[in-house]
Amino acid sequence: MSSSASGGMPLVHAVNVHKSFGSVEVLKGIDVDVHAGEVVCLLGPSGSGKTTFLRCINQLETIQGGRIWIDGELAGYREKNTKGGRRLYRLKNKEIAAQRREIGMVFQRFNLFPHMTALENVMEGPVKVQRRPKGQMREEAMGLLETVGLGDKSSAYPGQLSGGQQQRVAIARALAMQPKLMLFDEPTSALDPELVGEVLQVMRDLAAQGTTMIVVTHEMAFARDVADRVVFMDGGVVVEQGDPAEVINSPSHKRTQAFLSRLRSEHEQVAKAAADLV
Amino acid sequence: MPASTEEAGSPPSREGGGGASPTDRPGPIDAVPVRHPGRYVAVAIIAMLAAMIISSFVTNERWDFPYAFRVMNYTPVLEGLLKGTIIATLGSMAIGITLGVVIGIMRLSDNPVLRVVGFLYTWFFRGVPRLVLVILFGTGIGYLYPTFDIGPLPFSQQLAEWLGLSSDLTLFSLNVNQISSTLIWGIIAMGLSEAAYMAEIARAGIMSVDDGQREAAAAIGMGPGLGMRRVILPQAMRVIIPPTGNETIAMLKDTSLLAYLPLATELFFQTQAIGNRTLKIMPALTAATMWYLVLTTVLMIGQFYLERHFSRGYGATRAQSKSATLRSRLIGLSEGGAK
Ligand SMILES: Nc1ncnc2c1ncn2[C@@H]1O[C@H](COP(=O)(O)OP(=O)(O)OP(=O)(O)O)[C@@H](O)[C@H]1O
Ligand SMILES: [Mg+2]
Repeated sequence: MSSSASGGMPLVHAVNVHKSFGSVEVLKGIDVDVHAGEVVCLLGPSGSGKTTFLRCINQLETIQGGRIWIDGELAGYREKNTKGGRRLYRLKNKEIAAQRREIGMVFQRFNLFPHMTALENVMEGPVKVQRRPKGQMREEAMGLLETVGLGDKSSAYPGQLSGGQQQRVAIARALAMQPKLMLFDEPTSALDPELVGEVLQVMRDLAAQGTTMIVVTHEMAFARDVADRVVFMDGGVVVEQGDPAEVINSPSHKRTQAFLSRLRSEHEQVAKAAADLV
Repeated sequence: MPASTEEAGSPPSREGGGGASPTDRPGPIDAVPVRHPGRYVAVAIIAMLAAMIISSFVTNERWDFPYAFRVMNYTPVLEGLLKGTIIATLGSMAIGITLGVVIGIMRLSDNPVLRVVGFLYTWFFRGVPRLVLVILFGTGIGYLYPTFDIGPLPFSQQLAEWLGLSSDLTLFSLNVNQISSTLIWGIIAMGLSEAAYMAEIARAGIMSVDDGQREAAAAIGMGPGLGMRRVILPQAMRVIIPPTGNETIAMLKDTSLLAYLPLATELFFQTQAIGNRTLKIMPALTAATMWYLVLTTVLMIGQFYLERHFSRGYGATRAQSKSATLRSRLIGLSEGGAK
């Protein structure tokens, strides 16, 4: 396999990824490919390793086995020929930071920089990391805030914004680096229900523009409408993947069926309780 | 019957308030505040004590404030104030804060060697009293290292001899006795000692910053150094500054230890010398006290502005809570079911 970004090579090419925390193996050989322009939703019960896999892609966790290629480049290591055969050499922190620049990440808890305004949050990466000119970047950052519907909040600090607004600033901050790939880890699950829609709308727009995205989510409607493919994980392995409508409406695997029916019954219980109250 | 319902439905203080009639909706609140009679008593007592003290200042000649003010303005006292107190405080705090932050970061490093070095540093300089350090630096260094060589290699003199070279491989050498017993050694001694305390303060500040911030910095491609400078330290400052203000004020007063270097150009040394010479010991001490209070006041004002600067963005509280998690997931499913 060539190491250059050829046409057929997926943007994310993860092969046999293993990750353990101490003696607990959390990822047990994950194979996932994501092609440029694709939107992939990761589904699965709590503790199945979705967050961990996303963090491995962005090298916030180091993996113990397997390989991840991002746009044809091996993440975290350089492969060199030695007398004893091909060996992996760990990259320096600086080189890993450079690889992360190609990937935008949106966290469940937003993680905006609280000491910077919304605009400064968005400008920070391009100006300090990519060393782009500040004046030009300010306009671009304002444009990004406007596309997420926050043009009027540019001088607000994160503490003065609602959760939904903070998450939209976080999306703008990640987009400002012009990443090849966007990772979302349950971007709406820390939000009050009435704020979920505004964040999902921004993500739908991104998907429509052809942004490559991997989204961990429990929002089944979003997965069904927006994803090109859903990947269902359980117990650290990929149980099944495929067309969203097929996997969600008629899952072929028992574990997927159990997970989806549990989500539905939880939902019905809440609906019944709400009906009883009325 | 109508009278009693009117009574129940209306606010109790109809006459005193905004004059709202019972049928109106309640208007602006114009309430009588809670009275604090105890406060008036306390104020009276304190005012009396203050008057007693002031009257004693004025009537008791031994205080001799006019002489104290004169001492405050004597040239040697002013020189001592500038060099031995102000410059010494600024210099040693500059060393202390810079080195302290570095050691604080070392103690949190992934590298075990750096962690141990940081720990040993803190252990040594917190363990030795400042007075002992000052004397050690003032007299000890000049005795142990009369000349201070900075060479390219350790043991460079011995190595040069062994190789039969004429030069001793020393880059440059410094005659320590020319600069020992001076302010510089005092500033270094106090700065090194301060760094041990500042390291603990910096470490606590850095640890107080949420881990998510480090990850967010990494996710926009910052290396660990840039993330520390731009994201972690500015947030840690909120926690670091108040105890640092404390440390600076303590340092201001601890510079009086420099008299034992021995250093003559130092505020406390000078006022004491004047007191001993003129036998007006109390006014001389008063003069020193007043200068220390003036400087402390200036430092506290500075601290106020620093704190305000680094508390940017912390005015409002975050409204989100994790409790919304399950609900939002279920709503998402119902949205799916409806379509
Ligand atoms: N830093 C860590 N140290 C030890 N164990 C961890 C760590 N992070 C995650 N785990 C474990 O790894 C497993 C997978 O966690 P992960 O967060 O990836 O699950 P998830 O699929 O994202 O779940 P959720 O839907 O609840 O977010 C869990 O059992 C968790 O306890
Ligand atoms: Mg998770």
